[in-house]
Amino acid sequence: MIPELGHFALVVALALAVAQAAFSFIGAHTGRRALMGTSRSIATGQFLFVAAAFAALAYSFVSSDFSVVNVVQHSNSKLPWYYRFAATWGSHEGSMLLWTLMLGIWTFAVAVFSRHLPERLVTRVIGVMGLVSVGFLLFILLTSDPFERLIPAAAEGQDLNPLLQDPGMVAHPPMLYTGYVGFSVAFAFAIAALLEGRLDAAWARWSRPWTTAAWCFLTVGIMMGSIWAYYELGWGGWWFWDPVENASFMPWLAGTALIHSLAVTEKRGTFRAWTVLLAIVAFSLSLVGTFLVRSGVLTSVHAFATDPRRGIFILLFLVIVIGGSLAVFAWRAPRVGLGASFAPVSRESLLLANNVLLAVALAAVMLGTLYPLFLDALHLGKISVGPPYFDAVFFPLMAPAVFLMAIGPVASWKRAALPDLWLRLRWAFGIAIVTAVLLPFVFGHWSPVIAFGLWLGLWVVAAGVAQVWQRFAGAPQRGFAAKVRAQSLSWYGMQIAHVGVAAFIFGVTIVKGYETERDLRMAPGQHTTIAGYDFEFKGTRDLPGPNYSAIEGEFDVRHEGSTQVFLQLHPQKRTYAASGQTQTEASIDPGLTRDLYVSLGEPVEGNAWGVRVYYKPFVDWIWGGCALMALGGFLALSDRRYRLKRAATEPAGAAAQAMRP
Amino acid sequence: MMKFVKFGVPFVLFAILVGFFAVGLTRDPREVPSPLIDKPAPQFQLTRLESPDHEFSPEQMRGKVWLLNVWASWCVSCRVEHPLLVQMSKTQQVPIVGLDYKDQRVDGMKWLSTHGDPYVLSAFDDEGKVGIDYGVYGVPETFVIDKQGVIRYKQIGPITQEALDRKILPLVKKLNG
Amino acid sequence: MRTILAALLLALATFAFGQAEEVAHPDAKVERRLKDLGEQLRCLVCQNETIAASQAPLALDLRNEIREMIRQGKSDDQIRAYLVARYGDFVLYKPPFKPNTILLWVGPFALLALGFGVMAIVIARRRSQGVPPAPQADAQGARIAALLEGEPPTGARKG
Repeated sequence: MIPELGHFALVVALALAVAQAAFSFIGAHTGRRALMGTSRSIATGQFLFVAAAFAALAYSFVSSDFSVVNVVQHSNSKLPWYYRFAATWGSHEGSMLLWTLMLGIWTFAVAVFSRHLPERLVTRVIGVMGLVSVGFLLFILLTSDPFERLIPAAAEGQDLNPLLQDPGMVAHPPMLYTGYVGFSVAFAFAIAALLEGRLDAAWARWSRPWTTAAWCFLTVGIMMGSIWAYYELGWGGWWFWDPVENASFMPWLAGTALIHSLAVTEKRGTFRAWTVLLAIVAFSLSLVGTFLVRSGVLTSVHAFATDPRRGIFILLFLVIVIGGSLAVFAWRAPRVGLGASFAPVSRESLLLANNVLLAVALAAVMLGTLYPLFLDALHLGKISVGPPYFDAVFFPLMAPAVFLMAIGPVASWKRAALPDLWLRLRWAFGIAIVTAVLLPFVFGHWSPVIAFGLWLGLWVVAAGVAQVWQRFAGAPQRGFAAKVRAQSLSWYGMQIAHVGVAAFIFGVTIVKGYETERDLRMAPGQHTTIAGYDFEFKGTRDLPGPNYSAIEGEFDVRHEGSTQVFLQLHPQKRTYAASGQTQTEASIDPGLTRDLYVSLGEPVEGNAWGVRVYYKPFVDWIWGGCALMALGGFLALSDRRYRLKRAATEPAGAAAQAMRP
Repeated sequence: MMKFVKFGVPFVLFAILVGFFAVGLTRDPREVPSPLIDKPAPQFQLTRLESPDHEFSPEQMRGKVWLLNVWASWCVSCRVEHPLLVQMSKTQQVPIVGLDYKDQRVDGMKWLSTHGDPYVLSAFDDEGKVGIDYGVYGVPETFVIDKQGVIRYKQIGPITQEALDRKILPLVKKLNG
Repeated sequence: MRTILAALLLALATFAFGQAEEVAHPDAKVERRLKDLGEQLRCLVCQNETIAASQAPLALDLRNEIREMIRQGKSDDQIRAYLVARYGDFVLYKPPFKPNTILLWVGPFALLALGFGVMAIVIARRRSQGVPPAPQADAQGARIAALLEGEPPTGARKG
């Protein structure tokens, strides 16, 4: 019964989504307040029905209803309840429903938090989101229905893929999808603005918090995916430039460019056409990512089971949504006109450089990801493009962007004087260079690449410190506390997010420069030493789990030269009962300055095992940096100016002025 | 006018991308084409599966158009194509030489007696080294080799009736002159 | 009965050995080179792992082959050529610089040049047009600007 109700809820949601789109667009076009007024309620209704459908599917999983095909294929009665719940989105069908739920949530959020925005604009925004919902609901109902029944019901399920039976599975997809889908709000704002013919600083101010929120979630989602890969796959790697990883990274790059471009549009009213294009591109990349992962055009460790029919449907959907929006852009953007002027050295030009570099980096990732497809489609051969390519191309592109990131916040709008910039930043520059040159000696060996990476990170931090110092020194308030309160949250957010980038760069540079590993065979009683730590393999024992049986290894860790065991690590090799698949569970001791990481390979003759031991210095700074970026973004969108209440309309004169060439 | 062109660029780029995606849907990204096409078949000398005292090398097939079919007793997909091969051997259209890849001699022979033996003979590649030389990455795979010992076609995965009718048999006919 | 059991165990053991065992006496230098090389090569079976990481039987075999070649003193380029001759460019994670990959390798940097070129044009055009900055046409905008600069907003309540 419940699955049928869930399916029915989806059908109702589809009908409501159609109404949401239709009434909104007709209402906005004709100016009929009655029609426009319905958009919020219809959108809320659509959200509630999608939520109901999702609840129905989740219920089927948690209650282990094996008359539902999806539950049979991806769950098992011995699975712990939280993984049964997470299995709701462990399949293509389920994750599409999660996408649609997120879309509903964001739509509902827009309906609730937009009272202070112009009626027509909000109506169009909800209308655009309604169109996207229609696409997804149709896709689910026509090709990917999670509520298909199995009659007679199976006795037991085939179990969730062991790789997914992990806390990461509970957190990573919801965060990621919230981010992906969140960009649909910025997208909708862009289309609405184009249709309205109104693209000004106010519009940028309205869409900025939504965009930043989506970006925060996407940052956290990608970060979680990376952490999960690190501890789950057993090889100590955290980023593989896998097509699906790239599919999430491309919208992130576009989103980062977008939040910076919006800053310019909000403050100075320039870059309007470019910002709108970026907003369209960011969400389009989310959709293209969906296509790449589910259509089978690229091989990936992440790819869902593919079906050409689905691929065609999604492609059609892409054509309508992206093609349509780019057509609207081509049609309406020319009227936007040129914005204000600015000097070659100014905050605008630095942010423009930021955008150019991010856009080129984005294009490079896209090129690398799709190139094998391009060649194969043209029958020009079959190649692979992997980490060696991306590393070689991406870092040279991002390095200048990071360098400029330190300078941008210090430069003034419209015109900045180079001598003034130098005056403000020379100490930061000097300290960064000296420290960067000396620091590698502390860690071990010296190399120009390591020194360069350290310098970039230190430069950003030093410039940030200099900026905060100078701001406080020059502030008119008396007393430190007053000065702290006087600065806006968005300013703090920016500083913290930039420091997050610096922390990320530190982590990557140090880990790549100084990590070591041992890949060897160990029998019980044998020792191996790595980076001053002594690992002793004590042997293994059997350990049953809820739906698996494990062999657990025991390792005693001492500091080299000491006899005292300060740490024990327990890597496991799990065999899952239902599927028979085996899984390595690494054992990690995280730390501020290093991770110690042990995983079991294959058993060999006697009691010996293949063992991998890793020393990963500063690896947690990579994700700490991502967390700081997200925190900074969150602070920025909490800024007071987004919460000011206001009346419905702006003076007509300003709108007309903004659109004239 | 220039303005409109400039704003239309994203749309045009997207259209090109969609074109590639559409073609991409018809391609198989997992398939690895062989770089050995139109190159001489790598030489080897292996014992025969049925008689360890006798050896086989591709040179023995010079002057004939023949198929080299890579199979194994542990390979499930091989059972799918095997009836076709048995059928082919009955009609004597083209000699088929088997390459028993990473198998146990006993298991291989048992498998042939159970499922039928379409092969002129089977070479026994227990270590898989010859497989590597031929770029084998998934069993079954089949090579069409001409009278001069040059590889002319590689079938990745089981031979289907369609592949047989549309590619392999016409090619064999053509190579036979 | 005992002979059957023994035969079974032997069979199992053979199977286990065939899968798991690689090297009796690993040489650190050789293994290091194998790992560095292997991480740049693509496993053809699983296709989303490197030959260094993959547990697929073919990957195991190829690692053994590469180990042999390293011991024979072959260079990295020779080993790569050996694999490419058998599996094509697909096996390399770093695409070779060939006519069909020029666009791939040159593209990003060409785009960068293009991007900066466009940027220069945009800045130059803005300068010559001399359009004055759009004024903050609403009172709220002015208040916001004041707040952002850290000055106390005139007359308005804080918080």
